[in-house]
This record gives sequence, structure tokens and C-alpha cells, in this order.
Amino acid sequence: MTDSTTPDKTNTPSQQGWLLIFSCWLIAMAALFGSLFFSEVMGLKPCVLCWWQRVFIYPLAVLFLVGMLPQKHKEHHSVVRYTLPLAVIGLGFAVYHYLVYSGFIPESLQPCSEDLSCAEINLELMGFVTIPMLSIFAYSAIIVLLLIYRKRAHQ
Amino acid sequence: MKKNMIIVATAILFVVLFIVAASVYNKQKDKEQSSASLEKTEYLQRDYSPRMGPPDARVTIVEFFDPACGTCSAFYPFVKQLMNDNPAKVNLVLRYLPLHQNSDVIVSIFEAARLQNRFWETLERAYQTREAWIEHHVSRPEKFWQQLGGLGLDMQKLNEDMQSPEIARRVRQDMQDAQQLKVSKTPGFFVNAKPLLQFGYQPLQQLVESEVAANY
Repeated sequence: MTDSTTPDKTNTPSQQGWLLIFSCWLIAMAALFGSLFFSEVMGLKPCVLCWWQRVFIYPLAVLFLVGMLPQKHKEHHSVVRYTLPLAVIGLGFAVYHYLVYSGFIPESLQPCSEDLSCAEINLELMGFVTIPMLSIFAYSAIIVLLLIYRKRAHQ
Repeated sequence: MKKNMIIVATAILFVVLFIVAASVYNKQKDKEQSSASLEKTEYLQRDYSPRMGPPDARVTIVEFFDPACGTCSAFYPFVKQLMNDNPAKVNLVLRYLPLHQNSDVIVSIFEAARLQNRFWETLERAYQTREAWIEHHVSRPEKFWQQLGGLGLDMQKLNEDMQSPEIARRVRQDMQDAQQLKVSKTPGFFVNAKPLLQFGYQPLQQLVESEVAANY
């Protein structure tokens, strides 16, 4: 039985907020190590669009980590300020890459170097999950979690 | 603090997971490559493949190479040194894997020079003058052409011979064989059908020496 005057520690707003940022960090870390596994271990060369998506996800792994560290002012929600723009821009590249991949955007429009085509599909997990799809999932999940975090912070 | 412990533990978990996954993946790849070359020995060398060294040597190094590949160029003197260190015991078979743009044209110049018995001289000239005919990782055959002086080549005949469909067929065949053997980078080495799994001078030297010891 929990005493009603002292709320369960795991349910305090700051605890939930921490969990949201922790989840974002997990996603960013998974993307960081996952992309490094694809390129450095499996030897799949990242195309230009992959690089742009990397540019915006790698700093998130650091920013979320810093955002989770204890802060002097408890109601300090600036982590959203600095991470949300990165995630939104990254999602833009991921969606664009997905469209090139699936053929909605013709090859001639894609900004890839001659030797590495961004439209070439070189990995399909379980038969249908491609790398741009994973990227879209990671960015969207981070954005949703950050929006929830921001909404709660404003309340 | 408990949260900090969770963060540190998670970070360590990611690193450990990455290292474990990488080593599992690499072991699997090595196994696949070893079985590919040991089962498919017919892909390792073709009748037409250029060969250096004593034909009856019991140790054969097969090298898939690209003339525009800097590492291939750096390995060339080392491979020759390995052959000199084991006189009459080691020979070398070259296979083409022209991955750089236009490198297939450079290869056809080699093959045409071969008809004039100048294959190795032309190959060495290509390695020596790499900087003159490779621009931003793209081979420039017309610039390599200017480097061919003094080799005693009949340039007109060379120009005719290099257009031959047989040469194009050989390059295609070599590239297909590379795919069968799971060679995707140059230089790709095999010693008596055993792939060089860990890349480097020393591993290659060890592999050659162990094959020499096993066969002589």
C-alpha cells in the first residue's frame, strides 16, 4: 500500500520526464551503434543521404545524455529546445531518402555520387525493413517522445 | 545516484553488444569465405590468368587486384619479396577486379601488352606512375597511355588489341569469379585456396610460410 500523500516515486513528473529522455537516448544510441555496425562491420558504404541522416542523429546521442544529467534548476526543459530541431531535420532527410529508395523521386534528382547510389537497396531485414525505414522510425519516435515531454513540461 | 548507474550500464551494454555482434558477424563471414574458396577452387584461377614464378611451385598465391588500388600497389613488391624468400616454391596468379571507374580499360591495356610479352613491365609501370593517371579515384586511360614510353610496345598494335572482345570477356569472368569467392575488396588474396582472412603484410607472410612448410 502506498501512502497517498507521498506519490509513488516512479510516477513523479520529473521521473517520467527522465524516462522519456532516457528512451530518446536509447533510440539515438541504437541508431549510432546500428549505423556503425552496417558501415564498419558489414561494410555497407553509407551513401550521401545516409551521411546527412548520420549528421543529425549522432549529436543526439550526446545531447540526450547531457539532458539526463542532474541539473540545478529542476524545471529546466531546454533539452527539447536543442534536440527537437535536429530530429525534425533528420526526419526530413530520412523521408526524402525513403522516397528515393521506393522510387517516388526519380534517380536523376538524387544528389548521390556516381559510384554510390542512394536508390540501391543493400539491406532488407526480415525481407522488408530497409535502412531508411529504420531511420524514419528512429527520428519519428524521438520527435513523438520529445513532444510528449514538452507538453508535460508546460502543464 | 541510481539514474547515473543506469546510464553508465546502458552505455557499456551498447559497446559490449556491438563488439560481440561484430565478432559473431566476422566469424560467420570468415567461415563463409573459407568454404567458398575451398569448395569452388575452379573459380580461383583460369587458363588465361597471368602467372609469375615457377609453374611447378606447390604454393600458389592468387591475387584479385585493381590497377588503381593503392594497397595493391603497396603489396606488389611485398608479394615479389615473398616469392624471392621462398625460391622455386611460390608462384603468383593475378585476377582482375577493376572496381575503380575505368580501371577495366587499364586492365585491357595490360592484356594487350601481354600479347607483346610486356605484361609485367606494363603492370609495374602502372603502379609506379599511379599519381599521373588516377584522378579522384577515377582511372584516366589516356593519361596512362602517355606513361607507356620506353617499354618497347608497339602502340598501334596495342590500341587495336585492347579492343578485343576476348579481353572484355576475361575481365567479366574474373569479376564473376570474385563474386563467387566473396572477394569484394582489392587486393584479395588466396594462398592454395585459403583466403587471407585477416588483412595485412604479416598475416599474408604467415599464410604463405605455413603453406610452404606444409607442402615442402
